[in-house]
Amino acid sequence: MSQAPAHLVPFSFDLSSLVKRSVASLYSHLITRPTGRALRMGIESQIAELGASCISVLDFTQVVVLDYSCADEAVAKLIQRFQPQDRPAEAYFLARGVADQHREPLEAVLIRHGLVLSADVEDVGYMLLGAPSLVEQLCWAALERAGTATLSELASTVQHAEEEVASALESLAYRRALIPADASGTYYALSALLPGNPG
Amino acid sequence: MKLITLPLSLDERYFEPIARAVLAEPGERVLFDGTHVRWVDPYGLIGLLAVGRAVRERAEELPLLKLPESPDVGSYMARMGFFEHAEPLFELHGGQRRGRHDGVSDVLLEITAVNSHADVHSVVDLVNQRGMRILTTQLNYPVREAFQFSVILSEVCQNIIEHAETGGWVATQTYNWQKRLGRKVVVIAVMDLGVGFRQSLAPSHAARYPEAWTDASALEAAFMHGQTRFRDPGRGQGIQQIRKLVARWGGRISIRSGSARIADVPPWDDSPRLEQDLPYLPGAQIGIVLPARVEAEARAPAPAGARS
Repeated sequence: MSQAPAHLVPFSFDLSSLVKRSVASLYSHLITRPTGRALRMGIESQIAELGASCISVLDFTQVVVLDYSCADEAVAKLIQRFQPQDRPAEAYFLARGVADQHREPLEAVLIRHGLVLSADVEDVGYMLLGAPSLVEQLCWAALERAGTATLSELASTVQHAEEEVASALESLAYRRALIPADASGTYYALSALLPGNPG
Repeated sequence: MKLITLPLSLDERYFEPIARAVLAEPGERVLFDGTHVRWVDPYGLIGLLAVGRAVRERAEELPLLKLPESPDVGSYMARMGFFEHAEPLFELHGGQRRGRHDGVSDVLLEITAVNSHADVHSVVDLVNQRGMRILTTQLNYPVREAFQFSVILSEVCQNIIEHAETGGWVATQTYNWQKRLGRKVVVIAVMDLGVGFRQSLAPSHAARYPEAWTDASALEAAFMHGQTRFRDPGRGQGIQQIRKLVARWGGRISIRSGSARIADVPPWDDSPRLEQDLPYLPGAQIGIVLPARVEAEARAPAPAGARS
């Protein structure tokens, strides 16, 4: 595992069980807007309780059905909540256990809002869901392979100008899909900072 | 008394004669004669409930319903739970009225009231329990797409809660359309008698239509362009996503609201894409038909819009 910035904490959310806790019911599917809203609020409050910057792992492994309305409320609006300058915490988001049936609603809501989401997709591996530009996609993929990299390293790998790469990385960081450069100028892929993942 | 003779086949193709019941004079009692009905599907059953409720709300007395003489049709109506929903809306006569028996049923989803988001959860839970086997083994849907069937149901039922401002019904069942299509299909019907698309979208969209804001223009705005009464940019996508899924599977979807109906029509169907000047029925009535996959299609991913 890559050496993460000291202040970052990986924090995993099993969405299936969280929705049961958050909505105080036995719902076994992530459907409807109220469910998505309750789920999002549950995640936000747990991030707030943590009181630290974190990588929030949204675990879809146990989720059977995910509809567009719930995905919009629980995922798209969750990412958007942590974008503005006055965001409640430094939270970054990564999805795990994403199966085929989850991809379509996730992609649809991400594209609708111009968002992206790092995701560990079953039978595929890590990929960037949503609406990245070509340069953003290249930069994300290069950083994902490397685990950590500087701007010049990434620019050399993707063979684009540093200015263009810097802009792409800033955009991805804004959309909570990677850790922006620290004092040493190093960018971090989210997956590389998870326990058990090779860095 | 206004007499409405129910068609031999009580389904979406022959729904408009039933809808004409709403043209009864205020206070005029309506008699729905279903004596000779030989076939019903979810759209026909829920459509009859919807029209019955619309008539009931304008009349002093319950409309009359003469039930089908056919034992098979009566049995099917019982299995679909029709009678328990019909009894508050109609004075029932004749026919083969039976209670819904416990035990193994072949019904995918009986007529179910949708009044809250909790009802939507119940519908999806039930269909997932019963439907996965039916969809994968009888209709040859890959497992991933069988889950997406639940997504369609969830989104279309939520439209009732989010937009109608009143309750509605949903039902779904599989049929063998051997003559019509040469394969099995699953039929979904979701209906309400709420505010309807024209009234729902008027405050935010009517001004863009200087000529006239009609039921047809409201349906086009929602169905074709994903417009919604909500300002949230994430809204209005449920119908669009349902259309994409239905098109991918070579199916058909129609939405009737007020005096208009709009549809995505596959090659195997000859319905008009847009109909206007229909008898006014409040709310929204949605019909979806999804054909079974043939074996080869079930193994390969289907291109968007391809005929199944």
